[in-house]
Amino acid sequence: MIAAAVLAALAMICAVAAWRLTFARWTWRAPRTAILLWQSLGLTWGLASIGALLAFALDPYRKGVVHGLAEFLLSVEFGARQPYDYLRLAALIAGLSLLAVLVALPLAAGAQTLRARRRHRLLLALVARDEPAVPGVRVVDFPGAAAYCLPGLKSQVVISDGTLHLLSSAELEAVLAHEAAHVRERHDLVLLPFAALRRALPWSKLVRDAQASVELLVEMAADDRARQRCCPRRLATALLRFGTSAALPTPQGALGVSAPSSVMARVDRLVRPEVTLPAAHRFLILAGSVVLAISAPLLWLLPG
Amino acid sequence: MKGLGELERSIMDILWAENTPLTAREVGRLIEDRDLAPTTVMTVLDRLARKGFLTRTRDGRAWRYQPAASRDAYVAELMLEALDMTGDRDAALTRFARAVSGSEAEILLKALTELEEE
Repeated sequence: MIAAAVLAALAMICAVAAWRLTFARWTWRAPRTAILLWQSLGLTWGLASIGALLAFALDPYRKGVVHGLAEFLLSVEFGARQPYDYLRLAALIAGLSLLAVLVALPLAAGAQTLRARRRHRLLLALVARDEPAVPGVRVVDFPGAAAYCLPGLKSQVVISDGTLHLLSSAELEAVLAHEAAHVRERHDLVLLPFAALRRALPWSKLVRDAQASVELLVEMAADDRARQRCCPRRLATALLRFGTSAALPTPQGALGVSAPSSVMARVDRLVRPEVTLPAAHRFLILAGSVVLAISAPLLWLLPG
Repeated sequence: MKGLGELERSIMDILWAENTPLTAREVGRLIEDRDLAPTTVMTVLDRLARKGFLTRTRDGRAWRYQPAASRDAYVAELMLEALDMTGDRDAALTRFARAVSGSEAEILLKALTELEEE
């Protein structure tokens, strides 16, 4: 029973830690470290929740989750008759279902994302043009402000014609440096599992907040890369110009589009930079994340 | 000789500019690159039709091609996704910043004016 109890406690700890992390502000001083912590918390929460259910279900074998599951499958195959314990059977079914959901949903979300990107890429090839002023960037003739990265093996940075008019050349350079950071660091892969989890649990406020936090941290990480290459103040004014560019009505179904102050939070960071989190703290968080991520798989092996 | 992707683009531009369905021969006459083999034009038209960007109708022994949707419709589709207005918050794109509205826009505008004055 120890493994099941420890795994259940671990899942609880992860959930509480994630909840606390959605309010944390130190994360803005070390966005990349915080992203890693988020990934570790998400992974460990999933493994610990599944593991707790399975460990409870397979406890009679006294062999841990992994070997217990193997033994269970063998006994099923050879048709061994065992006294049924409905509670444990229910836990087994719940654990395996959760495992299936947490594996299948990201895969489905990934496939859908790939389809959406392929369509986007095809359309871009037909309607986007190259602009001598911004080499390597695709320009779409659209009066509104838009700048984004279409990720993939050959990522593309796209801006609208309206962006060219809206921003000064220094601001545009800052925006492009920001997008180049997204491309280089494959931030889309960071966001994918959180978007998938949100699709899996759409009613969960915690998951929604977690996704919003990670989205903001990814933007801040890209801002940090951009400010190393160009003037942070120009990036800040570019952000403000974007934010105020269009009085767009809130689209239907897009509830809570960006936390109210996310643009302002990024601007504040750029204009009044706070000290980066000390290296020792960052290292501690990093080590904690790694230990956390390793703990759940190890507990899957713990017998009894 | 242009790349295939660029050729697709210029052929779509021609068909968008002309408001009537055209045959491969007519498209070939309108295209800038005079050295282009007629079979190349036909291949590209066929590719575009298979991708769903063109529809075609029989006209005697030839096919007449026309765009399945207007250029503006495609631009709108791209930009709806770019501005995250499709409703499903997927991770297909990473966007620079979203436009805000109402009181928040006013706060941002004030901050922008302050930054520019400094």
